[in-house]
Amino acid sequence: MSSSKRSTIIVEHLRKQQMWDAISKGKRIDGREFGEQRPLQIELDIIKKANGSAKVKLGDSEVIAGVKVETGEPFEGLENKGALIVSAEVLPTASPHVEPGPPDEDTVELARVVDRGIRESEMIDLEKLVLIPGKIVYTIFVDCSVLNADGNLFDATSYAVVAAILNSHLPVFEIQNDKVVDTGSKQDTPVSTIPTSITAVRIGEIVLVDPTAEEEACMDARITIATNSKGEFCAIQKGHAGSFTVEQIREAAEAALTKGEAVRRTLKELTGYSH
Amino acid sequence: MPQTRNLIDEYGKRTDGRTIDELRPIKINVGVVKNADGSAFIEFGKNKILAAVYGPREVHPKHMAQPDRCILRCRYHMSPFSTDTRKSPAPSRREIEISKVMRESLEPSLMLEDYPRAAIDVFVEVLQADGGSRCAGISAASVALADAGINMRDIVSACAAGKVDEKIVLDINDTEDKEGGADMPVAYMPRLDQITLLQLDGTLTPEQFNKCLDKAIEGCKMVYQIQKQALMQKYFGNELELKEEQ
Repeated sequence: MSSSKRSTIIVEHLRKQQMWDAISKGKRIDGREFGEQRPLQIELDIIKKANGSAKVKLGDSEVIAGVKVETGEPFEGLENKGALIVSAEVLPTASPHVEPGPPDEDTVELARVVDRGIRESEMIDLEKLVLIPGKIVYTIFVDCSVLNADGNLFDATSYAVVAAILNSHLPVFEIQNDKVVDTGSKQDTPVSTIPTSITAVRIGEIVLVDPTAEEEACMDARITIATNSKGEFCAIQKGHAGSFTVEQIREAAEAALTKGEAVRRTLKELTGYSH
Repeated sequence: MPQTRNLIDEYGKRTDGRTIDELRPIKINVGVVKNADGSAFIEFGKNKILAAVYGPREVHPKHMAQPDRCILRCRYHMSPFSTDTRKSPAPSRREIEISKVMRESLEPSLMLEDYPRAAIDVFVEVLQADGGSRCAGISAASVALADAGINMRDIVSACAAGKVDEKIVLDINDTEDKEGGADMPVAYMPRLDQITLLQLDGTLTPEQFNKCLDKAIEGCKMVYQIQKQALMQKYFGNELELKEEQ
């Protein structure tokens, strides 16, 4: 059952006041503009055992993602497509408020929203990953672990997933005598578009991009918007117990297009993809 | 989601015979669960959903209580017989997420600060599922909260819009959800002009997105009228009939 809760991070009243003072002067407490993201650092291919991997640092939020490829049965209703499974976990290392155990609803939402951005954009051309239609297909797992949490895990995790996929090479499987055989050679992952997500929060009447954990503790509402390489929207999730006006939604949508494109450019430069 | 067949025919009719601006038939009954403090039953197309509200009441476990306001708890659950293939009764990840977005879509409408140290529980049970069960569930839950007499800022009305055959259509049904291009559920407080839920699956260009948002809000306003009528019917039913006779 979903239950309303107080923020897990108690921001002191003075700190909150500082945040308000800064916002009224058009600044944020870390000196950023309202529409400015924190510095984004991406390292590729850090896990040699994985088929592709990436570590993303967005400010102090740190996420690692790894791609592992197997074969298996296709999903029901999607018999002629490879299977893609994106999962996310917030490790107990990430903050003093995380406890080991089954994922709470925030983590479930994180995993599902990140998965939705990748899936709905059709980033990977899954139709190219079928061995025997309806029976055996490639199964691509992208697993993420949040190592350190300082807000906006949605975007940090989503960039990590995208970077790991762009970094990945798939093993070439073949069917020989009704058995799946790994030929030992590698193929490029069939990527058709690069989705990027941008999260914005409303504090009072102000919309801020890329919130820190402190800002999230003071937010009224949150929205995550993913766009694809064509500049189309492919997944949206409004979160937190507050509301937006239509104008604020459009403002966040505009930011998602422009900031998302900037992140996409960074990802392209880093990985050499041209989509 | 590649589209394999046309979902809108040459006369502009959809798979269930509706036009692109038409909602499915909606019926709301208020006060259907005797023991609950508030309840509502909604039929939204083929969706049959029951919403029951208990509270404000004491919080168990006690440590969850908050000194300055009431907590809202929300459970969205699908009955095992509600879908084509049996759904396991254990809460799925999808249900956990919907319970969360449902609570977050209802919270802004409630004056939780009026009931410190208490809890309000909202149980939404999907008895028969069609497309758009989260929207129908939110609409029913909001009516049930009003029926329970909880202090509210506004009713929350929910409706989806989406893209089918490159056209923006209102109130996506099950087939359109599975085969169409995009589905965007929206919950909206009509009097306050505030959006409390917004999700999107599928791709939309910026123009389509703007159109889709406007259309979904129009749909929410239509749902709002039906919610209001249902509440009026329960609380002023006889007076309404008298007025009509006069």
